Amino acid sequence: MLRVSVWRGGAEGTLVAYDVPARASQTVLDVVTYIQRRLDPTLAYRFACRVGMCGSCAMTVNGIARWTCRTHVDRVAKSGALEVKPLANLPVIKDLAVDMTEFFDKWARARGRFVPSADIPDDFIRVPPATPARRAADAGIECIGCGVCYASCDIVAWNKDYLGPAALNRAWTLVNDVRDAGNAERLGAVAGDAGCHACHSHQNCALRCPKEIDPTGAIAGLKRATARAALRGKL
Amino acid sequence: MSARAETWLWLAQRGAAIVLAAAVTVHLATIVYAVHLGLSAAAIIGRIAGNRAWLAFYIAFAIAAAIHGGIGLRTVVRETTPWRGASLELATVLFVVFLALAGTRAALALFA
Amino acid sequence: MIPARTTAIDWRTRQHPAWWAALVHRISGVLLALFLPAHFWALALALQGEARLDGFLGWAHRPEIRLGETALVVLLAVHLAGGLRIMALELLDVRAGQKTAIALSAGFGLALGLLYLLEVF
Repeated sequence: MLRVSVWRGGAEGTLVAYDVPARASQTVLDVVTYIQRRLDPTLAYRFACRVGMCGSCAMTVNGIARWTCRTHVDRVAKSGALEVKPLANLPVIKDLAVDMTEFFDKWARARGRFVPSADIPDDFIRVPPATPARRAADAGIECIGCGVCYASCDIVAWNKDYLGPAALNRAWTLVNDVRDAGNAERLGAVAGDAGCHACHSHQNCALRCPKEIDPTGAIAGLKRATARAALRGKL
Repeated sequence: MSARAETWLWLAQRGAAIVLAAAVTVHLATIVYAVHLGLSAAAIIGRIAGNRAWLAFYIAFAIAAAIHGGIGLRTVVRETTPWRGASLELATVLFVVFLALAGTRAALALFA
Repeated sequence: MIPARTTAIDWRTRQHPAWWAALVHRISGVLLALFLPAHFWALALALQGEARLDGFLGWAHRPEIRLGETALVVLLAVHLAGGLRIMALELLDVRAGQKTAIALSAGFGLALGLLYLLEVF
């Protein structure tokens, strides 16, 4: 039997204990699903693909943000105790479901959107995969916006305006995209103490990212890019 | 403060850090060497008095430390307290200037 | 309808070397910055003559002061080493070997502290 504590309520709430039968190869998502289907149908939680592709099932498991569908219970609940809470740093709608609005709003504020150039090229733009810029972009483009990094970031917790690791990582992939024409504005959007300069390289984000992306490195790249722009009078 | 101004603050802080990387290395070596010989006013003054190279070194060291420490403290204050705005910027400038002057005064005291 | 309150970050997600290193870097930086004015004041005692500076250095011979000085040497060494790691990451894009660099920084700090301690006691 697993002793599972689950957050019930909104931002004000409490941990409620449930007893869940332990099974081989059980994931935390299996456990939460069991509780909702068999013990308490009022439990609110999110999931979709359940195979580690969509990022919808991200929650705080024993204090650490994880994808619950890819977290095996026997890996994290060594003594049979499991604590499941919603992602930190995001408003709690109910129980384990958080409001991701600000996460994606900051993505937009960081200009994390491809900007095509004004003139249409005659032919396809060639993007050699082995250039340093493309490698830098490729290292960050697998992000699926799950919010684990955002929920793990101390600066997000300390600074309401901080854009966060995911938005800044996305901006960095576009800074390195040779086809993109929006960098003049983008660098202005990611600089400053709501942007890359607020990062102190704690590296919670890089450690917790389920796709092993390194937002700290991306943010360091933005620091270099914005500094270069400032020195050239282009910021 | 604007994004551009914050970027320049970061540049100043890191630029000072590069100067400090060299200066602190020298300083740590000097400290260990000095206490090895037994720390005395005569020894310290003997090394620095009339030596323009040491004077220049310590003045540059003091200015870099003032900039680096001042901007660093400003960041810590903004992240851990509600203090921000013009009064904090002014306090930062005053701290940097004060520290740079105090360090220069100390260097001159040993040089002259 | 959308609530504004969030749940706080948990201490368990901070249990890793880069976080501890960042905390040490921050605390050492603040302590060193607060120490500097006193340091500059003490050195400027030379303005009042060599004897005045010697008097101060005599006071600094006391064991508790020596221990404080040792702590300052450790703080400075550790802040330097951590700062080099951060600057390598930010300016030179050195991302690998973070844990090694952190361990070496701690070792460097301790080594210098021990060296100072051995020299003054």
